[in-house]
Amino acid sequence: MPAEAAKKTAKLSARTQAWLQGLAGLAGFALVLEIVPRVGLVSPLYLPPFSAIVAALFEETTRGTFWAALGATMRAWAIGFVISVVAGAVIGIVIGSSPLLRTLTRSTIEFLRPIPSVALIPLAVLLFGSQLQSTLILVVYASFWQVLIQVLYGVQDVDPVARETARSYGLGPWAQIRYVTWPTTLPYLMTGVRLAAAVSLILAITSEVVIGSQGLGKEISDTQSGGAVAIMYAYVIVTGIIGVILNLGARALERRVLAWHPSMRLDTVEAGG
Amino acid sequence: MSSIGPAPLVRRLTVVLALPVALVATWWFASAGSQSFYFPPLQTILQTFLKLWFSPQAVEKVAPSLARLAIGYLAAALLGIAIGVPVGASRNLRNVLEPVLEFLRAIPPPVLVPMLILFTGVGDEMKALVIVFGCIWPVLLNTVAGVRALDDVLAEVVRSYRIGGFARLWHFVLPGASPQIFAGLRQSLSIGIILMVVSEMFAASNGIGFALVQYQRTFAIPEMWAGIILLGVIGIVLSLIFRAIEAWILGWYYGLRRSQRAN
Repeated sequence: MPAEAAKKTAKLSARTQAWLQGLAGLAGFALVLEIVPRVGLVSPLYLPPFSAIVAALFEETTRGTFWAALGATMRAWAIGFVISVVAGAVIGIVIGSSPLLRTLTRSTIEFLRPIPSVALIPLAVLLFGSQLQSTLILVVYASFWQVLIQVLYGVQDVDPVARETARSYGLGPWAQIRYVTWPTTLPYLMTGVRLAAAVSLILAITSEVVIGSQGLGKEISDTQSGGAVAIMYAYVIVTGIIGVILNLGARALERRVLAWHPSMRLDTVEAGG
Repeated sequence: MSSIGPAPLVRRLTVVLALPVALVATWWFASAGSQSFYFPPLQTILQTFLKLWFSPQAVEKVAPSLARLAIGYLAAALLGIAIGVPVGASRNLRNVLEPVLEFLRAIPPPVLVPMLILFTGVGDEMKALVIVFGCIWPVLLNTVAGVRALDDVLAEVVRSYRIGGFARLWHFVLPGASPQIFAGLRQSLSIGIILMVVSEMFAASNGIGFALVQYQRTFAIPEMWAGIILLGVIGIVLSLIFRAIEAWILGWYYGLRRSQRAN
């Protein structure tokens, strides 16, 4: 028992140490951003000291425009993300469950997937201008493939013995999807969800920067051309924080949804040992 | 399966081509008599495509884009691996840098375009730098993860044989981490293509992104469609090249995995 307790405190202190080191790293990064413009390595006109950026950020948060931009970005992200995940999961399971469909569609999917979604920008602008639909076209085109490909891998990974067993027990197609295909596919789907969360944000911001749809990206390009450099950096930092939160959120969701899955159990055992 | 006679070959080709041919044919016939301004007949688009991109001027439009992408991408790959190896090898360095790197990676790369314009103006340096800054994080973080997950037993063997320095790096660290590194390189490639186009759309005087925006603003619709198709082709060709290189360098790894799975 005492040995175990000692081990536990050792593990705890190692984790605390990692935390403190990480905080030190972040503090060091902020310090570099503060000093570099102050000593004139970079003109403060291009990179204001970190404190000025933080001050600008706090001032922005008192304005309605900031929250409107944040809301617009997150709304475009959320709608595009949900459409991609649902469409990718449903189409992936349908295609993946049928060997014929899988072989027929393989070449087309491999062909369409690497087409960069930004190629669609001119078309989106012509059709929808800077409205939400333009952003959604880009977001969905980029994120859909991430989910679809993962789900296709997942459905293919189903144990043939499990499938045959389910069939011999007389499970119908729905029951097979529910009890055989879905549990195997879920970890892959969650990987797709994590990738799609990040890609959706990138494309939502891209559309705002390039097309000028409402949102944080538009604020960044507007403040840049208006010379409000500190505010521009404040918005850049906000997009980074959103990115971090989405990553952490997706990972937490993954852990939660897959708590029963062997891959996660293995992970916790390894982390404990 | 071992011998591919004429009949299976024909069948395989049919399977591969059936859906693409059907889709293109649908587009062709559905748009054949199209009077819609935004959706011209596919025939017109393809004629424009041939006229536009198989001409001497096409090189002037496409070459600058691809050159900037190549320089930025390769620089990002080298830097990412060069920084990632020492960070992955040292637990302390990793603990200190990981939150900063995760934050930098999380910034959506296109916001770098307006940011870097401040420093370098709208020239070639800006576009290459944007690509470097956007592409480096996936390579770096995947290299870190790959180096961290190197086989413990092999590391001991390498140490017992007193293999160190460059030989250790070249024969043990890099090959061991290469599957992860390539996963990062693949993510970076699509980010690089996005940034190539976005930086040119935002501010440029040449390049394919610039041409695309010009066509759209002047309502040169068939040209715009031809540009979209060209970008698609570039994306596909680059991913094929990437996959060929990956298969060549990681051939041993896929072989290993196959044999492990067979057992």
